[in-house]
Amino acid sequence: MQEDREHLIACIPRLRRYARALVGDRSAADDLVQDTVERGWRKLSTWRRGSDMRAWLFGIMHNLHVDQRRRHAMPTDVFDEAHEPMADAQHEKVLEMRDLESALRMLPAEQREILLLVALEEMPYAEVAATLNLPIGTVMSRLARARQKLRAQMEGRPMTSPLKVVK
Amino acid sequence: MNSMPVTEADLHAYVDGVLSEARHEEIAAYLASHPEELARVNAYRAQNEGLRHLFSPVLDEPVPAGIAAGITADMADGVAHRHGLHTRIAASVLIALAGGIIGWILHGATTPAGMVAQGGRLTGERPVQVAALAHEAAVAHLVYTPDARRPVEIGADQEEQLVKWLTKRTGADMHPPKLGKLGYELVGGRLLPGDSGKPDAQFMYQDADGRRLTLYVSTDQEANRDTGFRFARQGEVNVFYWIDGRFGYALSGGIDKGELARIADTVYDQLNRR
Repeated sequence: MQEDREHLIACIPRLRRYARALVGDRSAADDLVQDTVERGWRKLSTWRRGSDMRAWLFGIMHNLHVDQRRRHAMPTDVFDEAHEPMADAQHEKVLEMRDLESALRMLPAEQREILLLVALEEMPYAEVAATLNLPIGTVMSRLARARQKLRAQMEGRPMTSPLKVVK
Repeated sequence: MNSMPVTEADLHAYVDGVLSEARHEEIAAYLASHPEELARVNAYRAQNEGLRHLFSPVLDEPVPAGIAAGITADMADGVAHRHGLHTRIAASVLIALAGGIIGWILHGATTPAGMVAQGGRLTGERPVQVAALAHEAAVAHLVYTPDARRPVEIGADQEEQLVKWLTKRTGADMHPPKLGKLGYELVGGRLLPGDSGKPDAQFMYQDADGRRLTLYVSTDQEANRDTGFRFARQGEVNVFYWIDGRFGYALSGGIDKGELARIADTVYDQLNRR
């Protein structure tokens, strides 16, 4: 039990990073992490020992976030004004990062979460599918759309349709 | 080339560095003759890097006490502690600042909370010290790679002198691996204070775009068992590190993990051929 607790606590920094990216607002993100941790702790008996606890927790967070989105008709995504200062970053880089963050906010949540699991967590596609309870094809198409939209936003150009099969 | 057709999924797997080496090469060849797709792949890679740059600092923040407060044996107060979480977050920013300073003073004496170590079980002997190697390497990377004026103490134009000097000071053969074939040329090297009083060495490399890698070499790892490759990340710096006898090696760079892994393979090969 103590070991499981430590395991769970060790997952918190990554849950916080993901939640921050998903939700934007710092305190709302930490609330989501806290809810996830508490629910995970209560439902620990449903965790299959030996399986990846991190993925299991991301699954719980996903479900909580879906519930939240349902409850609030309005998007809960808020900009967090109190950003960590980016030391030594050139001005241009700062602007670029700001653009990226606002483009991320404009993605539909179901695309954003997939992009973040892949880009931040480096989760294998199949694991993303299992965590979110989605077919792998859906994961891939949402990932493609997320990246395409993000790029279009960043470059300020209209979207072109992604590659299907070539060669 | 009678290879499989290139699909959209291939391009994403290429971006994320999850293809087999053979397939990776095929996609790279395909991209070489499809500049528009190459531009797209590069943009997607930049997105990955940008997202990590934006959010990975969260990993180094101390966790607000309220978050884990609920996972004690007693869940009865599950609601009570939610109150006040936000004030604690404000306080945690101050703690983070102090923590940064203390972290500098401790300089690798402990495993920093934000260090994400993966690959290889950390259940081996003295995992803390092994991870400390990666931490020190990452910090040294962050300190010296942005230095435009004096990134190294002795430059690659005096490589022979550099090798002689490092070998004498560390008491071990200090020939830098050659990474020119991978696009990285030696910039030079420097000595750094090691944990046990013996100095460590840092070699710096740079590619045509000015991206820098560092190879950190420690000679005081007798206490640690040999390890396979381990991976760690600090902020946006990826680190592959391993222990080989009394030597500890850590290759750090702000580049894609897959790319860094391939370079680490080459470094390992060259060091073992001696």
